[in-house]
Amino acid sequence: MKNELTIRIAGEAGQGMQTIGAVLCRAFISAGLNVFANQDYMSRIRGGNNFFQLRVCSKPVHAPRRRADIIVALDKASVELHRPALAAGGLLVADAKKYGLAAGTAGFADVPLYALAAQAAGAELFMNSVACGFLTGATCTDFRHAESAIRRAFEGKPAEIISKNIAAAKAGYDFSLQQADCRSFAPGAAGGEALLLDGNGAMALAAIKSGCKFYSAYPMSPSTGLMETMSQYAEQFGIAVEQAEDEIAAVNMAIGASFAGARAMTATSGGGFALMTEGISLAAMTETPVVIADMQRPAPATGFPTRTEQADLDFALHAGHGEFARAVFTPGTPEQAFALTAKAFDTAERYQIPVFILSDQHLAESYRSVRLSDLNMPPVKRYALTGKIAPDYKRYALNDTGISPRALPGLADCVVYADSDEHTEEGHITEDAAVRAAMVRKRFHLKMAALARETEKPQAVGVENADIVLVGFGSTYDVMREAAESARTIKTGFIHLSQVWPFPAQEMEALLKNAKKAVTVENNAAGQLARLIRRETGIKLAGSILKFDGRPFDLEYLVEALETGRLQ
Amino acid sequence: MNPEDFDTGDPIAWCPGCGNFGILNAVKTALAQSGRPPSQILLVSGIGQAAKLPHYVNCNCFNGLHGRALPAAAGAKIANRELTVVVATGDGDCYGEGGNHFIHNIRRNLDITVIVHDNQIYGLTKGQASPTTDQGHITKIQSAGVILEPLRPLELAIAMGASFAARGFSGDTEHLAGLIVKGMSHKGFALIDVLQPCVSFNKVNTYQWYSKRVYKLDSSYNPADRIAAFAKACELGDRIPLGVIYETAKETYEEKSGLDKRPPLVGADILNVDINPALKDFAVTAE
Ligand SMILES: Cc1ncc(C[n+]2csc(CCOP(=O)(O)OP(=O)(O)O)c2C)c(N)n1
Ligand code: SF4
Ligand SMILES: [Mg+2]
Repeated sequence: MKNELTIRIAGEAGQGMQTIGAVLCRAFISAGLNVFANQDYMSRIRGGNNFFQLRVCSKPVHAPRRRADIIVALDKASVELHRPALAAGGLLVADAKKYGLAAGTAGFADVPLYALAAQAAGAELFMNSVACGFLTGATCTDFRHAESAIRRAFEGKPAEIISKNIAAAKAGYDFSLQQADCRSFAPGAAGGEALLLDGNGAMALAAIKSGCKFYSAYPMSPSTGLMETMSQYAEQFGIAVEQAEDEIAAVNMAIGASFAGARAMTATSGGGFALMTEGISLAAMTETPVVIADMQRPAPATGFPTRTEQADLDFALHAGHGEFARAVFTPGTPEQAFALTAKAFDTAERYQIPVFILSDQHLAESYRSVRLSDLNMPPVKRYALTGKIAPDYKRYALNDTGISPRALPGLADCVVYADSDEHTEEGHITEDAAVRAAMVRKRFHLKMAALARETEKPQAVGVENADIVLVGFGSTYDVMREAAESARTIKTGFIHLSQVWPFPAQEMEALLKNAKKAVTVENNAAGQLARLIRRETGIKLAGSILKFDGRPFDLEYLVEALETGRLQ
Repeated sequence: MNPEDFDTGDPIAWCPGCGNFGILNAVKTALAQSGRPPSQILLVSGIGQAAKLPHYVNCNCFNGLHGRALPAAAGAKIANRELTVVVATGDGDCYGEGGNHFIHNIRRNLDITVIVHDNQIYGLTKGQASPTTDQGHITKIQSAGVILEPLRPLELAIAMGASFAARGFSGDTEHLAGLIVKGMSHKGFALIDVLQPCVSFNKVNTYQWYSKRVYKLDSSYNPADRIAAFAKACELGDRIPLGVIYETAKETYEEKSGLDKRPPLVGADILNVDINPALKDFAVTAE
């Protein structure tokens, strides 16, 4: 019995890896286990080679492993492509007849995926469900878990489709039982109810709960999943979800909606974020709340549309011309994404500023089992004036907090002037030097000072007495945590930043000043976090462990880097 | 209400004799006639001389970025469909920098009124060619004369399926006010392209130049005939027609999206959103 197992399903785009991957995730959760699933896919609709990889564990572990204990090849090409990723003693599943592999060739288990599909369900295309059933049996999981997960995945489809998929899965399951021993798990400690959630899903749920009523965006991987989820719930929760003509329109629409009083959000990836930058500056100048998410993908330009990177950190810190207050959240897990999306809406409205959430493909599109009790946010509050307003109301009234009462046009009985030019307290265009200086102080100095008092504290684990401290932001949270736990030859601690601006300089200084050795772990080539730390604290770290091949860190990569001392 | 009730007292920064004054008077007259209180009207603008207009009108104002008046207006209207939304924009703002938004907001067909101060020049930046500047027009940048063909706003709008397309002249405030009233009462995206002399930077298309050419469409003209309207919109030479060139009834965005059947989005209770029904869709129970 093992207490964890990694399963990889590989094949061409269009072979349904994602569908059966999601079915397996649900089946394992329903069997009381924890799952982590990441997707590696190419920017194409058919062909190529993609995989869906699940890590199934009796305890919650959420980083991908490099090697898989079971690999199912849904096409011939996948057999040799993925063989190097097979763990020692692992099982490589292939359909010898279909792929024209010589029978009896060593190194793979022959499972007639295609023939079983044709027999049981009448068509070869159900071979992915055969694979799903085979994996259910091969992991000693009761078939009813797979069956109910299939019913759920195909909900709303014709009954025939559902029954054929179940029949195909059952054929795969029965076949697996004729094989030697199955790879059973230690009993799951998990139990109870879990949500199968990716970062995009967690952000959508938090946005809805935070009262987001307007979402405009232009499709761009890997942010589109968030837009899809918002759109799926638009009717039910009374949210306007509008596909804008471009990202410039998306951000300006969100700002217009927010000015009128609707909580508004937009999301995109690097290229679209670049187009939004003038709008970001507009939100700051007009003091209009807006939440903007950048789901990073490898750049420059179009880069790798479907892969992951953390190279927009510097960009998010500086996006938009001029000087103004901003907050930049960098969640590492769906649970953090949920809480910080809520905080982003609250912060944006309270301080009347643009607030950023920096996610990436790895966080946005990896699925995990998440406990409902771990999705938390404080009660939603509003910070706006409606109804009867004092006759001398000024939208940009100066005071010592930097935050002027914000009346909502149409809901308040006054009139509100908002202006992208430098403006007077009333909101009219001015070129007065003293007014300019006072407004800059308001928008920048006063708001930044207040925001800095609320920055999320960095999370530090095992930092005292550590031989080495890993420092990261965003989606490297889990891989740092697990690497710190599993590095054997070197005592490892880690610090994770879930908010990088305002930068928690004092806390970081306190944490780092006594560290024997500290390095950043970043999915980029420049070590942007290390540079930020140096700029904000004066501390020069020993180096960085960097990865910029478009793929996320896997546990083994990080542990090896630690144990061999390989730094960049 | 009277037009004077819409005065703000904010000092006006336009050149004496500028056509924008006529447009400002027409806007105030039309707003007064609309019967809407200032707190229920939102003027949205981009950047340019035209875009300063909302500062001189006593109602809500969102003066956004150059070229981006339309998306901001669209967002505000979707958020609160009860607001009367009017956009004041320039030929550069609307047809140049914001050209993409112009095209797509015709398709969106929100119930908003768009007044384009078309002085056929970039006024605020001191006289460069705009998308509507005539070929051959010499500027400091286009020193051998403009070589690009001008954009033809009404033809474009009618071709795109706009349900209201009109042309006014800042020299005839009363007629223009009438057009704005019609545009505001039209349900859907209403475009009013206004010929507006820029006395400082457009020495070609002057007040006299326009006066010699414009004529008002009379009741014998039928604005409901799209093909005839397109032909009318093409008249942009020695004779320039003023009035509603094209008008038809069309479903608005509010109607198509169902927004009109809901209370305005801004009125929703956001403090107590119950996401449990959505969470159930993600939940898996261990069995
Ligand atoms: C992004 C951006 N680009 C350029 C400018 C400079 N700019 C301001 S107004 C304007 C053109 C204005 O022309 P138009 O819209 O016709 O307005 P007018 O001044 O003629 O009324 C330009 C180029 C700007 N403010 N923002
Ligand atoms: S520059 Fe032209 S458009 Fe601008 S205010 Fe002067 S006359 Fe009017
Ligand atoms: Mg102009």
